[in-house]
Amino acid sequence: MGDMSKNYRLNFLKEVEANVEEGEWVKMCMQCGVCSGSCPLGKFWNHPPQEIFMMIRAGKREEVLTSNAMWMCTSCYNCIVRCPRELPITHIMHGLAHYAKRLGLIPQQQPTAKFAQLFWNNLSNKGRVNELKLGVKLYFMNGIGEGFKTSLKMKDIGMGMMKTKRMNPLEIVGGHGLEDIKGFQAMLKKAQELEDQRIATPRP
Amino acid sequence: MAAEKKLVGYLCTGCGISERLNVNQLQTIAVREGKIPEVKQHARLCAPDGVQMIADDIAAGATHLMLAGCSRRSKVEAFSFPNVAISRANLREGVIWARPNTPDNQETTQEMANDYVRMACAELRYLNIPSPSGEQKLNKNILVVGGGVTGMTAALETAAAGYPVHLVCDEAELGGVWKNLYKRVPFRAAASAVPNGYDVDLPQPEEPGITEMSAQVLANPLITVHFNAQLSKTSGAPGRFAADITNTAGATVTENFGAIIQASDFKEYDANQLPEFAYGKTPDVMTNFELERLAKAANGAPLKRPSDGKIVESVAFIQCAGQRSEQNGHLPYCSGFCCTESIKQALYFKAQNPDCDTTILFDDLRTPGAAGEDFYRCGQQEMVTFSKGKASAVVKNSAGLTVKFQDLILNEATELNCDLVVLATGQIPNNGPDPYAQLAVDEAETEEEKEAARIKLEVAPPSILNLDYRQGTDLPQLKHGFLDSHFICFPYETRRTGIYAAGPVRRPMDMKQAMDDAVGAAMKAIQAAESAANSAAVHPRVGDLSYPVFRKEGCTQCKRCTVECPFGAINEDENRYPVFNESRCRRCGTCMGACPVRVISFENYSIDSVNQQIKAVDIPDEFSEKPRILVLACENDAYPALDMAAQAGIETTPFARVVPVRCLGSVSLSWITDSLSSGYDGIVLMGCRRDEDYQCHFVRGSAIAAERLSKVGDTLTQLNLEPERIVVHEVAITDLERAPRLLNEMAQNIEKIGMSPFKF
Ligand code: SF4
Ligand code: SF4
Ligand code: SF4
Ligand code: SF4
Repeated sequence: MGDMSKNYRLNFLKEVEANVEEGEWVKMCMQCGVCSGSCPLGKFWNHPPQEIFMMIRAGKREEVLTSNAMWMCTSCYNCIVRCPRELPITHIMHGLAHYAKRLGLIPQQQPTAKFAQLFWNNLSNKGRVNELKLGVKLYFMNGIGEGFKTSLKMKDIGMGMMKTKRMNPLEIVGGHGLEDIKGFQAMLKKAQELEDQRIATPRP
Repeated sequence: MAAEKKLVGYLCTGCGISERLNVNQLQTIAVREGKIPEVKQHARLCAPDGVQMIADDIAAGATHLMLAGCSRRSKVEAFSFPNVAISRANLREGVIWARPNTPDNQETTQEMANDYVRMACAELRYLNIPSPSGEQKLNKNILVVGGGVTGMTAALETAAAGYPVHLVCDEAELGGVWKNLYKRVPFRAAASAVPNGYDVDLPQPEEPGITEMSAQVLANPLITVHFNAQLSKTSGAPGRFAADITNTAGATVTENFGAIIQASDFKEYDANQLPEFAYGKTPDVMTNFELERLAKAANGAPLKRPSDGKIVESVAFIQCAGQRSEQNGHLPYCSGFCCTESIKQALYFKAQNPDCDTTILFDDLRTPGAAGEDFYRCGQQEMVTFSKGKASAVVKNSAGLTVKFQDLILNEATELNCDLVVLATGQIPNNGPDPYAQLAVDEAETEEEKEAARIKLEVAPPSILNLDYRQGTDLPQLKHGFLDSHFICFPYETRRTGIYAAGPVRRPMDMKQAMDDAVGAAMKAIQAAESAANSAAVHPRVGDLSYPVFRKEGCTQCKRCTVECPFGAINEDENRYPVFNESRCRRCGTCMGACPVRVISFENYSIDSVNQQIKAVDIPDEFSEKPRILVLACENDAYPALDMAAQAGIETTPFARVVPVRCLGSVSLSWITDSLSSGYDGIVLMGCRRDEDYQCHFVRGSAIAAERLSKVGDTLTQLNLEPERIVVHEVAITDLERAPRLLNEMAQNIEKIGMSPFKF
């Protein structure tokens, strides 16, 4: 059973309230289970939303923050529209994912987390998404062999996109971007500064 | 009562009656066989001109009216004429609506109608007009027993209606079990505009208001409070109760009352029966009641744990402790107040220290009342942790306590550490001894049952009312020692007329519910006092002026009536003759059905009035293939069910003849034997459900009838008749499909076993 001293203590709930977007709502969950029953994907994850909220209140910090649950949420909003207590469940799930990433607690080989990082790297480079590069990076994310296999599987879609001018093969070199890339980078830097500041200042 | 009986018959031809039936034939039957000299037809008897016609006849001297038309349950208001006797032939619901309108059914349908007219005429001759006995005068004084919130509220409400109250309180101050409240659970829900949220305006624990309420009671000129006092003797009946109020110094005053409210509230559960939660092993495990006293004493100062005075920084509440469990020594029921109570108490800790860890381990969180759900939200908002979990043990550790439990959401065995454990224990009704406990010992069938009954008798609490009734000193009990007749249908009613139970003594409840309950019981008590003054019955035959009349010369002193009366209405005199207390009587007729020598009757309901109906039915001969089934149907449930079935177009066999009875308890075995020997082929008795969750308006009537009828088997064997010819059914008012089906089944059975050989 391990260390029980933090069991059902408020420490972790308070940590969530202070650091997770919409975390103040977690205490209001009445454990009805409607969200878990409504979530189209919850049954494939290790903990559906209701359980995550109870675990937070039971003080299960490690298990919550290393869970794959919040990474698997597809933002379908089924739970939000159904929750009788009107908890912004989807937002809390994303808030938890964000907090887990800040703490470096993403599960190993978590595909959505990996993709999110690839997407961000791709986008923040030139201010525009480079579909071709993103696709290639994604396919080869788990090694060369798997990369070729996936590429072959997806080749018809790729050809179609090229034909309809949704993807330009020349993007592989350079690629399009914003006019003022420098200004864009400066903006991102400022935003990061503000975010760091926000995190550093404890909430009332 | 009018010396001369003047009989008039009325035949309504409306509502399709004249289209379906030969009304002239009915008229001839009423005159020739029914011996009603004058029978009038009217196209719509319930219309103003029809009612006026009847009123005019009454003004001209008519005393006995036979109304043939709709059911006795229809048009009650139109046909309510004072000071006359009325019988009704149910041609609409009972005949034309219950039968299909086809030519091949015409003959049997007409025969049904003919019989119902014969029956109504026969009954009418044996009805007398009840008049008030004048046995009681109006006594507006109401006695309230119990000085808690229930008793105080009952006293204040009674006084507010203008009725003087004597409140008997067994302590030196008012408040009872509630006076230790530090705060109370809020009474009102959040404002309707308050949305869901984590920082919204939700109901908080409130000032208990007990001191203010006591002050109001003491200041009320209509309320007299007897402190340190108990009832040493209560005698009489509604309208003329006499109570000896004795105080601890031994002084007694006798007061007279119209009615009584018993509001003796509850006793705390003894948590020593919960060793698994370390109760008694450490003072840091306490009950919800004990914590309340601690909080009251602290009066807002930080709560400390008793063992070492450390300020409590973490506390666990174990819900349903010793409750909702079949384990020996546990309460099998939910006390209904402890969930909100624990939320309130958790908030005591939060009010002093928002960082205090407070965990409520519940199985089902039940938060009744207007504020319930909002109060739960309030607890959540203040960061009380609610965990669906089943506690198995509390053990001491080096720093405090460990609660071991199963988390039912996370589905794992786990534990938590805390400074203090609060056990949410339950309410036990503060009742007197069960008046039927001795009877239970006498009647026990096995040695085991006898022993259990004897133990119950030995550990019985002291009497509260000290009634000098033949049937015991206190109010009868239902489940788990709570005093009540019926939770849902007839709250406050008990089996002792004019004595009403209110508050947690009749079912577990919180303070707000106890106050609401007290208001209801106060209204009932006032009604009972007023009714007694008019010699009128209370629930369920409200306003009935008839009462049991008993022919002493014929009585064999067998005591059946005294024992079987569900309401303890009958005492015995020094010569062991029954003494009827009219105002205690509910007019159920159980005594009439019980009496083997048939000396008990009512002016408007008697052995004869039913027997004559039974005899009036025309019995076709054995070879006619037209059996006759006598149906004795409870007027409260079975009879309405049959009426409503007909209204819904459900068919009933044309061979049934239905006689409404006040209660199956009033069924005399003589009706059964007489009808068998006069050629009826089958008998169906329809009463109410009679187990613990009974629906009998007279509580035990249906059960008593079933017991009596279990002995009918012998009669059948003597007559060489098949036992299937008599059946007793429990029928609810909602059994629209089933009630007619039961009669149809009897008709089918008779087809199988053959007609009765006893036809003349
Ligand atoms: S639907 Fe809402 S209240 Fe119900 S378990 Fe999910 S988050 Fe909690
Ligand atoms: S929004 Fe996310 S957590 Fe909510 S139901 Fe959809 S996938 Fe499940
Ligand atoms: S009619 Fe009923 S209540 Fe009245 S004395 Fe008879 S048995 Fe008792
Ligand atoms: S049941 Fe009849 S005979 Fe027996 S005591 Fe009562 S009145 Fe008398």
